[in-house]
Amino acid sequence: MNIARHWRERTTRYRLEGQRHRRTGEVRFPAQPPTLDEDPNDWEPYQLSGRGEIYSFSVIRQAPSGYESLGLYPVALVRLEEGPLVTAQLTDCDEADLAIGMPVEMVTRRLMDTGEDGVLVYGYKFRPCVQ
Amino acid sequence: MMKPQQPVGIIGYGVYIPRYRIAAREIARIWTDGQNGVPVEAKSVPGPDEDTITMSIEAARNALARAAIPAADLGAVWVGSESHPYSVKPSGTVVAEALGAGPWVSAADWEFACKAGSEALTAAMALVGSGMQRYALAIGADTAQGRPGDALEYTASAGAAALIVGPAEQALATIDATLSYVTDTPDFYRRADRPYPVHGNRFTGEPAYFHQIQSAASELLRQLNRTAADFTYAVFHQPNAKFPQAVAKRLGFTDAQIAPGLLSPQIGNTYSGAALVGLCAILDVAKPGDTIFVTSYGSGAGSDAYALTVTDAILERRERAPLTAAYLKRAVMIDYAIYAKWRGKLVMG
Repeated sequence: MNIARHWRERTTRYRLEGQRHRRTGEVRFPAQPPTLDEDPNDWEPYQLSGRGEIYSFSVIRQAPSGYESLGLYPVALVRLEEGPLVTAQLTDCDEADLAIGMPVEMVTRRLMDTGEDGVLVYGYKFRPCVQ
Repeated sequence: MMKPQQPVGIIGYGVYIPRYRIAAREIARIWTDGQNGVPVEAKSVPGPDEDTITMSIEAARNALARAAIPAADLGAVWVGSESHPYSVKPSGTVVAEALGAGPWVSAADWEFACKAGSEALTAAMALVGSGMQRYALAIGADTAQGRPGDALEYTASAGAAALIVGPAEQALATIDATLSYVTDTPDFYRRADRPYPVHGNRFTGEPAYFHQIQSAASELLRQLNRTAADFTYAVFHQPNAKFPQAVAKRLGFTDAQIAPGLLSPQIGNTYSGAALVGLCAILDVAKPGDTIFVTSYGSGAGSDAYALTVTDAILERRERAPLTAAYLKRAVMIDYAIYAKWRGKLVMG
């Protein structure tokens, strides 16, 4: 992981910016470069609403490097209301709260601290809706 | 008294309070065997993935939802805090990017202990009131620090409030006038690179909190030719449960006037958020025509006082984002061990 990679993904991570097809209205996330048979102008940047529901979930009990301090933490596949399926951590919830089909909303949280002389990495997580 | 050339007001507001709380009695259990009285019931604690930037983003999204303007229309994103995650690298740029407000926007971080947020609010009034920008976002947010065992540890909490200032004709509450009062008072400070602030003991209380708030508040009332009784509600900076109630009484405000905005007993002192979160909680219940008197306080020391009048627009905008009560009621209590781990108080050897 380096600063440039985190920086490059900032709009995707901070505000769930994907793409929308100008003619069909299809939404995709994350944004992708156009394929050879696509017109590069077909896709425009599009900020997703952040609302969705849990499609499936699991609880990470053996955290990978950099996440040990969280102890166990839930991750989910979230079906966004615009269609795309996104993998993300869940936050502000207990394991017992979780259920497939549960409505969730996107929040921007601190994903990683890359060390005293490194950057703080922010990005999307999902949580049970507050309202 | 300061009034902008063109009248301004709040067109959108939003709060954020973390989910976690620690009871003051739990902190007392560790340090005083639970013997002494405690200054609040509980305080909010940021989760392990939260900081001033993340709390500012959520409060600001709530404010944008109520204002119903595109983030790109904001002319300024200003974050007041004494707990910016970086010493050098602005919180404002991350918040602006997360909102989608950039790149054609002013972004900056403000610092004045607990009144950094209201400083940003006064500047936002000036930016909009001078016609330089149509909308400006002012945020007060903190994940406050308290040395283990220190009196501050019982109250130093976390929260954020975001206010979007715009033309008065679009406002859900007009800001009729403001006034600032500052003196060099060494009541509380944190030197660069030190992890925890300290109190300049004899300066705490009377010469600091009470003198600045009473000076700013009474002078604004005098210049407006109004009295405490002319306001429906009032909110003051709340470092604990007692001080805001005491200063309100001295200024002639009743318990009923300050009740909706008095959150410190439940969530502690959110520092730069405190007076502004209280204002937002009042806006959650206010009716068109109600008047609100606000006075912030920052150590060092100074106060900003404001007089607001709620408009009809409050009724349709209020429900567009979570009310303060929604954040208050999701409280999950944690013990001192989890608190110590999350707040970085464990020495890892």
